[in-house]
Amino acid sequence: MKKWKKRGAIVAGGVAVVGVAAALVLNALNSNIALYVTPSDVVAGKAPHGQAFRIGGMVKDGSLKRDNLTVHFVVTDLAKEIPVSYTGILPDLFKEGKGAVVQGRLGPDGNFTASEVLAKHDENYMPPAAQDALDKAKKPQGVAAQ
Amino acid sequence: MIAELGHFALILALCVAALLGTLPLLGAHYHRREWVVLARPAAQVFFLLVAASFVALAWSFYVNDFSVTYVAEHSNSLLPTMYRLAAVWGGHEGSLLLWIFMLAGWTVAVAQLSHTLDETMVARVLGVLGLVATGLLLFVLLTSNPFGRMLPAAENGRDLNPLLQDPGLVFHPPMLYMGYVGFSVAFAFAIAALLSGRLDAAWARWSRPWTTTAWIFLTLGIGLGSWWAYYELGWGGWWFWDPVENASFMPWLIGTALIHSLAVTEKRGSFKSWTVLLAIGAFSLSLLGTFLVRSGVLTSVHAFATDPRRGIFILVLLALVIGSSLTLYAWRAPKVALGGSFALLSRETMLLIGNVLLVVAAGSVLLGTLYPLIVDALSLGKISVGPPYFNTVFVPLMAPVLFLMAAAPLARWKHADVKQMARGLWIAAVLAVGAAIAIPLAMGGWTVLTGLGTMLAIWVGTSMGLQIAKRLKSGIPPLSFWGMQLGHLGIAVFVVGVTLVGGFQEEKDVRMEPGDTVLVGGHEFKFMGVTQVQGPNYSAARGQFEVTQGGRRSSTLYPEKRNYVSSSMPMTEAAIDAGLTRDVYVSLGEPLEGQAWAVRVYFKPFVDWIWGGCLLMALGGLCAVSDRRYRLRMRAPAAALQGATT
Repeated sequence: MKKWKKRGAIVAGGVAVVGVAAALVLNALNSNIALYVTPSDVVAGKAPHGQAFRIGGMVKDGSLKRDNLTVHFVVTDLAKEIPVSYTGILPDLFKEGKGAVVQGRLGPDGNFTASEVLAKHDENYMPPAAQDALDKAKKPQGVAAQ
Repeated sequence: MIAELGHFALILALCVAALLGTLPLLGAHYHRREWVVLARPAAQVFFLLVAASFVALAWSFYVNDFSVTYVAEHSNSLLPTMYRLAAVWGGHEGSLLLWIFMLAGWTVAVAQLSHTLDETMVARVLGVLGLVATGLLLFVLLTSNPFGRMLPAAENGRDLNPLLQDPGLVFHPPMLYMGYVGFSVAFAFAIAALLSGRLDAAWARWSRPWTTTAWIFLTLGIGLGSWWAYYELGWGGWWFWDPVENASFMPWLIGTALIHSLAVTEKRGSFKSWTVLLAIGAFSLSLLGTFLVRSGVLTSVHAFATDPRRGIFILVLLALVIGSSLTLYAWRAPKVALGGSFALLSRETMLLIGNVLLVVAAGSVLLGTLYPLIVDALSLGKISVGPPYFNTVFVPLMAPVLFLMAAAPLARWKHADVKQMARGLWIAAVLAVGAAIAIPLAMGGWTVLTGLGTMLAIWVGTSMGLQIAKRLKSGIPPLSFWGMQLGHLGIAVFVVGVTLVGGFQEEKDVRMEPGDTVLVGGHEFKFMGVTQVQGPNYSAARGQFEVTQGGRRSSTLYPEKRNYVSSSMPMTEAAIDAGLTRDVYVSLGEPLEGQAWAVRVYFKPFVDWIWGGCLLMALGGLCAVSDRRYRLRMRAPAAALQGATT
């Protein structure tokens, strides 16, 4: 085989590999991205329908209720509140009054069913998405107060 | 006082590193021998200074000097001695000092073990390492000084994050850093070769053992981290595609491509430019990993307090390293002579395809890791890219790599003979397909992934048998051959573990009262109740579970729910009965009403094969670097020199 042909074949092979990878990546990204949404956004109807997403916020004090392995609690950005239910074992650092991120789907009744609950690994740590939600909810009020 | 000495030593180390990073490089360029010979002693002094600084910090931890802010933030007088020492790298500042300590170690190792290398080359390699060290030392001294004092001194420390109080974590960071930082040597060799214009087989031969050694440490480091996550985080997973895990995995992928590409460069003289590019890539990704983990842009177990200055500093450093080395590459690479030619079907081509796939896989991991950051930076919203993304992209990219891994060693260099390859490989193919159908069915259910996994593992395994049989015909093969086989066996074992645990694990979250039993994976778990126990710096609720299999008692497990006194952080300590073919795993959730507890029970078939595979890979690497020819070739010029003088 001539040299340029061989080189062409190798280049074509490389392009094919990258192409297939790009197709895989785009396809996978499309179906496996979870959007972070704040509780206020959810109440305003800005949450994606029929798709899993994440809510960041604080676990409202006194909202945690257990029903065997199912737990119910409220995630809030201090402006709006979303009731969440989750079946399973909560992470160690999940606490009332602390930040948490829940991933799952919104039911037609406005209840959020979480498939995953994330709390981070340091008691002073606030998940940025939760912090962000608190900041966003605070901002308009702060402006109004001035 | 000791802390100040450590700080002072670090400042001196910066001066020496700056010297090491300039004079020898200039000397090599302008042919000034008196500057060139400075490289070795400078490297030695640099190492001693950094070591002194590191020991000073370790001493401050040992004697509980809580007037040092970093010590007060990461240690406590109740902390056992072993963890007090591990706490040295339990936070941002100390782990960077560890990074530099490792870099100094590699630098001095190059200085000591390179006596057969030509003096100018050594000067260039050490010079590049000196430049890297200068950048990182500036970073530590300007933004992350571990020796800062606070007045008045703290009564007691805030304690080490309980997650990090574990034997696995004592060794995980040093191993990982040895690997990360070790790629700086491959990088320095590549840059030195570009500077001198001598990109040849000799350069590849020098570079190979260093690169493989770094790769061994990285493999062990990642394996340890994964093992730790498995038993310590209490979720029973072994890999989460956490951004920080990805940060260590990307250099591993590129490093794996690099050691294979270096082999081609040494043996056949081909792929020179590609090898250089990989060496630059592996080290850049190590730096990027440091940036991602330490800048606080990522949020994970590993991210410490955020300081935007740090992020910007590392980003600038990263841009400088990547920018300048790629510019040098663009300038010099066109002059690199082409290596030996090869046919479309040859071992070279197969290695090249494998290489490209590994790089593409690393690229897709990079994309998945950075995508949320980019979207956030462009204010397009906050998103997270989950493990399903990585699994869907990664598995299809790695499957052909495993396929090639079995076939390539049977192919000849330059021009492979299809018929001769097929003669052996058809047996492997038949066995692999047979096993792919039989094994998953026998274990309780066939799925595409379990079928694919078993097929690839058996395909790799049987092909190895063929290679060994073929090679033994021409005498006892050298250690490096066994190294390759062991490394590939490690991959096969790893794939078996991943496939079987992925396909056949069982998990149950249950509410249990004392006396209750639950059946998981053929094992019966009986909950005997919870007692209170006291540890050195925590109190814990300890559960007791009697595990029986087929009526026979197999083990008693004691999972704990700990509460650490000084940080008041709760921690789940899982209890695991490990075995060659299965682990059973119990962790306590939270107490429910009365005596009841939420309990998580796992049955994990073949999960230990995952880390066994990593260990085998590392052993393979060890065999490869201990091969006689590296030592022989090192000695040969020395002997010739002696012959000339006598």
